[in-house]
Amino acid sequence: MAHTHGTTDGEEPDRRDILFLATGAVGAVGVAASVWPLIDQMNPSAAERALSSISVDVSGVEVGQQITVTFLKSPVFIRRLTEAEITAANETPLSDLKDQSAQTAAGGADASLENRLADPSRDFLVMNGVCTHLGCVPVGEAGDFGGWFCPCHGSHYDTAGRIRKGPAPTNLPIPRVTFTDEDTIRLG
Amino acid sequence: MGNIPQDHYEPKPNSTASWIEDRLPIGGLISHLMNFPTPKNLNWAYVFGGILVLFLVIQIITGIVLAMHYQVGDEAAFRSVEYIMRDVNGGWLLRYAHANGASFFFIAVYAHIFRGLYYGSYKAPRELLWIIGVLIYVVMMATAFMGYVLPWGQMSFWGAKVITSLFGAIPVVGDSLAIWLWGGPAVGEATLNRMFSLHYLLPFIIAGLTVLHIWALHHVGNTNPTGVEIRKDSIENVKKDTVPFTPFIAVKDLYAIVVFLIAFAFFVFFAPNFLGHPDNYIEANPLVTPAHIVPEWYFLPFYAILRAITDDLWIMMILPFDAKLGGVLAMFGAIAILAFVPWLDTSRVRSTDYRPIYRWWFLILVIDFFVLMWVGAKPAEGIYPTISLLGTIYWFAHFLIVLPVVGLIERPKPRPATVEEAFNAKHGIGGDSGTAKTDGKADEPAMQPAE
Repeated sequence: MAHTHGTTDGEEPDRRDILFLATGAVGAVGVAASVWPLIDQMNPSAAERALSSISVDVSGVEVGQQITVTFLKSPVFIRRLTEAEITAANETPLSDLKDQSAQTAAGGADASLENRLADPSRDFLVMNGVCTHLGCVPVGEAGDFGGWFCPCHGSHYDTAGRIRKGPAPTNLPIPRVTFTDEDTIRLG
Repeated sequence: MGNIPQDHYEPKPNSTASWIEDRLPIGGLISHLMNFPTPKNLNWAYVFGGILVLFLVIQIITGIVLAMHYQVGDEAAFRSVEYIMRDVNGGWLLRYAHANGASFFFIAVYAHIFRGLYYGSYKAPRELLWIIGVLIYVVMMATAFMGYVLPWGQMSFWGAKVITSLFGAIPVVGDSLAIWLWGGPAVGEATLNRMFSLHYLLPFIIAGLTVLHIWALHHVGNTNPTGVEIRKDSIENVKKDTVPFTPFIAVKDLYAIVVFLIAFAFFVFFAPNFLGHPDNYIEANPLVTPAHIVPEWYFLPFYAILRAITDDLWIMMILPFDAKLGGVLAMFGAIAILAFVPWLDTSRVRSTDYRPIYRWWFLILVIDFFVLMWVGAKPAEGIYPTISLLGTIYWFAHFLIVLPVVGLIERPKPRPATVEEAFNAKHGIGGDSGTAKTDGKADEPAMQPAE
């Protein structure tokens, strides 16, 4: 509007310029405030957010066996590692790893097998079964490192679920996991 | 409307047409569109625009009627698609027409894009016309992707998962963005619902962009195989270089449409699933990824580029981000680069017909496109990642190196002075005034122009 009555550079701003700016600012705030609900409605609804934790009975899982459970709409692998798999994972120097973080819910630790196990004294490896590249479900006991292999774009994970080769950027993440008793795992 | 001189629409005074025209000049618009001066030397490469308009209409109409039977939802979607196939009267035909219609839409759009690249249709003053076209193509891809998700088969689900996960590669906000897109912790019913909503919306956005595309076209006029602008200085010169769209180009477009529809009908009736994937007839299962997931054929070249970027490339070792983001940037960059072609091409000559060096590079680009399409469907192992990588390198090198450099070093062949001259030379029309009246109108005899 300011230009309609001849305000040019160097002239003092007048009442009309201030009114113009104030109107524009109020209008912009109003538009932003009304757009926000339209954007926020796409975030997970209360029903989606309500799903927080599940318990899994793992008494039937034998050494070398893996079960897959659904947690937060995604698969979670629960696997009991064999001696050979534990040895292979422990013999891998951390410097060989592309991602040296344990990728646990707590974070911070290095990517040694011990830090990734659900309980360091037991052989349960519990991981999100979602490739960190683009979200496919990796296939177990496959790939160049005897761990998991993602068929979509060729990511190879080792026996501790650590990324070794391919496009995935990080190790398979470990969800928040606790043993509530000898045979029950709680996720979340 | 345009800057090409054209006969104006004059309804008879005191007629109904005149009454309407005084209030809403729609007769003038229709007359402008129908009689639009179109270069008389257009070849068969110029028929795809008309085909694309037809396929947009086919997709919208079949889509609207399919939506009368489709049910969106985790449990309902897959079942309702089978219901359409088995129980809805003619439902199989509508669905196959819609699914194959998408493929034929893309065949036409790729032909249209490569025609534009070959004949320099993006050069001044058609940069915006070209960029609007690139936007249409991008929205088309989004629409096609969302439509493919709706049957909620295995390919639908995992395609949705992989493509939405691309946004998770964006630093800092990626994870929140992916969850915002999904409406949950992973792809699920909420994701399906919004994709249906947007799949219904976007075709109308395409229709709106198409109006802008045609508006820009009618302002600057068509290119033609010589790349020489039609003369716009007088209506007489316009008439020497052009023919009215109706009937000349309209009939030609219609002929091409009929041929194209025959091929389309062949697929709809005899090979309706040839371009699809059997895995999509398995209901979506979030726990099992199909062993070999591939997108639809029209996404394959860019999918190959996505997969070509791996961490062991030296370029990824110097860049401050990982291969996941690198692949995503390469894929989107490979499409976005098309929008910059008007400024990357340094040649003064529009048509590749007159560019003896560039034409070979153009041929390599076309081959590269098909190689990427082929390799995109292959598993990411063995020799294939290397081929993807080479194809990706050429794709970018073509636009970033070949296009600017060849334009500077190449010596183009002599061009005709006018469209009329090129037309007459091709059709053996010389100084004889009698034979110049090829379209039966009272044109001036064809003359060799001064230059």
